[in-house]
Amino acid sequence: MKISRRCFLQMTAVAGGGFMLGLYDRPWARAQGAAPQLTPDTFIRIAPDGMVTIMARGPEIGQGVRTMLPMLIAEELDADWNKVHVEQADLDEAKYGPQFAGGSMSTPIGWEPLRRVGAAGRLMLLAAAAEQWRVPVGECSTDAGKVIHAGSGKSAGYGELADRAAKIAPPKMSDVKLKDPKTYRIIGKSQRGVDNHAIVTGKPIFGIDIELPGMLHAVIQKCPVYGGKVKSADLEAVKTMPGVRHVLAIDGTLSTAVVVPNEPGMEPGIAVIADTWWQAQQARKALKVEWDFGPGKAQSSDGLAKKAAELLKAKPENTMRSYGDVDNGLKSSAKIVEATYSYPFLAHGTLEPMGTAASFKDGKLEMWTTSQTPGEGHALAAKAVGIAPGAVTVHLIRAGGGFGRRLMNDYMVEAAWLSMHAGVPIKLLWSREDDFTHDAYRAAGYHGLKAGLDADGKVVAWRQHLITFGEGDDYPAGAEIDKLEFPSGRVPAYALYTSQMPLRLRTGWLRAPSVNAICFVCQSFIDELAAAAGRDPVDFQLELLSATPVLLDKPEQGGDAPLNADRLKGVLEMVAEKSGWRDRKKSPGRGMGISAYFCHMGYFAEVADVSVDAQNRVTINHVWAAGDVGSHIINPRAAENMCYGGIIEGLSHMQQEITLVEGQVQQTNYHRHPMLRMQQTPKIEIYWRLTDNPPTGLGEPTLPPLLPAVGNAIFAATGKRVRILPLAKSGFSFA
Amino acid sequence: MPLKLIVNKEEKTVDVAPDTPLLWVLRDHLNLKGAKYGCGIGVCGACTVLVDGRPVRSCMTHAGSVAGQQITTIEGLSPEGQHAVQKAWEEVDVAQCGYCQSGQILAAAALLNRNPHPTDAEIDAAMNGNLCRCGTYPRIREAIHHAAGATAEQK
Repeated sequence: MKISRRCFLQMTAVAGGGFMLGLYDRPWARAQGAAPQLTPDTFIRIAPDGMVTIMARGPEIGQGVRTMLPMLIAEELDADWNKVHVEQADLDEAKYGPQFAGGSMSTPIGWEPLRRVGAAGRLMLLAAAAEQWRVPVGECSTDAGKVIHAGSGKSAGYGELADRAAKIAPPKMSDVKLKDPKTYRIIGKSQRGVDNHAIVTGKPIFGIDIELPGMLHAVIQKCPVYGGKVKSADLEAVKTMPGVRHVLAIDGTLSTAVVVPNEPGMEPGIAVIADTWWQAQQARKALKVEWDFGPGKAQSSDGLAKKAAELLKAKPENTMRSYGDVDNGLKSSAKIVEATYSYPFLAHGTLEPMGTAASFKDGKLEMWTTSQTPGEGHALAAKAVGIAPGAVTVHLIRAGGGFGRRLMNDYMVEAAWLSMHAGVPIKLLWSREDDFTHDAYRAAGYHGLKAGLDADGKVVAWRQHLITFGEGDDYPAGAEIDKLEFPSGRVPAYALYTSQMPLRLRTGWLRAPSVNAICFVCQSFIDELAAAAGRDPVDFQLELLSATPVLLDKPEQGGDAPLNADRLKGVLEMVAEKSGWRDRKKSPGRGMGISAYFCHMGYFAEVADVSVDAQNRVTINHVWAAGDVGSHIINPRAAENMCYGGIIEGLSHMQQEITLVEGQVQQTNYHRHPMLRMQQTPKIEIYWRLTDNPPTGLGEPTLPPLLPAVGNAIFAATGKRVRILPLAKSGFSFA
Repeated sequence: MPLKLIVNKEEKTVDVAPDTPLLWVLRDHLNLKGAKYGCGIGVCGACTVLVDGRPVRSCMTHAGSVAGQQITTIEGLSPEGQHAVQKAWEEVDVAQCGYCQSGQILAAAALLNRNPHPTDAEIDAAMNGNLCRCGTYPRIREAIHHAAGATAEQK
């Protein structure tokens, strides 16, 4: 379990009523019992014509849960998927269980309880039919939307039985028997996204599309330096501009904590509220504001890098884990490999910018939001406007991308506050520039690594020092490293240290938090070691995975399932086979790289095949990925699409950076923080290794191994190591 | 001041300054939400609409500059989603979040209109200006080939 994810789950524990924390304290199989009691009537409605409405509980951010989670219910209900209508649930975690989208958790926490919901519904329909026909229930069976009594040849559609079934007491959920997976007709079969038609016809289904009667449009001008505030502003000058209805100064409630929380309170600024968004934005651009930038102005990316370089030379501050005699191991080793790695801050850049629609009226608040943690946002918004959480209604609206940005709820708080103060329904929409310059950024990091190999080319000692942010035990979101970070416990002597720098910038979780960068460092350095040992990277990694693990003295509380070496070995061998790794040919300017990683309960190994031209321009020819996320791929084509997404985002990460100059973010739009384009997109092949484990999520685990696979491929092609991201800082670019 | 626009074959009169971006006229005045705001500077393609059949960035197009021209939004490509490209997008299951897809679909429709059987390289070149943050590019390629096949069958 990575600390970042544990923090995330502690946070969601507040929203989920203690459920999540309980879940994380135990192995998965037992944990399911801790779920709030879900009942079929909460999730399932059956109309007389047989149409089955199934509630989708989680926020849909493009990960496909609005289709996949109802599939679980429909399967066990034995419904006809063609007669299923999916409806989005409002926020009500007491009723629906956890309603968040993060940590690749929707699948593992939905798999068992939601199938039970469907199965219980099926039992109620069976009981209704048995009652109606006066036959023993054991003689009845179901078949895609109908109940059948073989003995008498009677058959009734679910619609005909719905009224009677609704009067039957739900069975005890823990006693409900689930289907034999061999009989699945929905799970494991690709089902198209339930919103596909609305998407291709341009229906107003996204957060940005919400319209409310009498609604006005809001934008907020904030200080270009994080933590700064308004010194003076001429509000009157813009009040007379076309369409402008309100201009409000926001004092803000920004936390002054030394370590900036990822939900730091409201940033100060000036809000402009107008009839249309364009008018609001025009008036906001005309605003004349003098800022008090505060201490953040002294901060720059160059300064942080310089300070990090000094700290890398100094004695580390914190020991995350240490065992064996690392110093002696290094001293006695036949070969020593030493390297420093670094990676920058990154923005999320969801294509739909942050925003929320809110209507505050008569002490009640109603919100339409794209939050990934609407329960948390709900509580924060209620607090911001000073009303009880019970007076807040939250509607979950499809988001134009999440990637972790919407785990933070600043826009919800702002929208609630603005609607209350303006006294009208408003739709807040950040501009793209607001989005890039006021993000909760992926934390930058700087690693010093040193490892020793014996005469046989085996790792005898590993020493790693991460320069990151925060103070003492307190790391800003996504800036920490786990004591079990691979190869912790897999080498005879190991030490992992951190030293921290203060940071006046908000960080947050970006898809595969912290490990999206740390995997790049560790899997690249392992490739360096394999090269130094003159051994094949696959054999080298398989050997590390075959070592008897050195366990923690004290098992971690609330930890995730530990790495299962056999599962990682399985995908590593599979991707090597599928990519033709063993038969790869050495040719100048072309190379293949490999990496493997376990995170978010998923196991992925990836191979990249790249060409590098004389100008160091890199073409990604091909990426192969092999994954083990358990026994079933619930919605195969959607799952494959998610894998494409993780791999393509990983490629984007390699060319992006957020930099600070005098405290100001320099990248204000996509042209300065480029995402991968279609011409740069490689051929991608995904392979599944199905294993006897409960299914887990795919939002995150495909991303981390992509970066080192590409970096290692560039080394194979050129002999040059990519140790600094973005690629440009290592002398490369994508063609 | 009143401005006359022809949107999805219907004449619309809107009271906006002529330098208002077409995107915001469509979204906030005509309540056509299919075209999306992504970057506001013409680099992402989420706001793509067709003007006289050509894909343009509506966030960078002054409404006044396209008065009298045929503006087609995703809502007008085929209201029931029966255009070959829309059907292909649905069948191939292209979308992840779906936010960029109206722009992608219009760009693809314009491509197939001038080149009914594009190669991968031609698809990549035509679609390169439309960003997808979720990474649906492999599926977009697949769907365009799928639509090209469907169009060929109809002929």
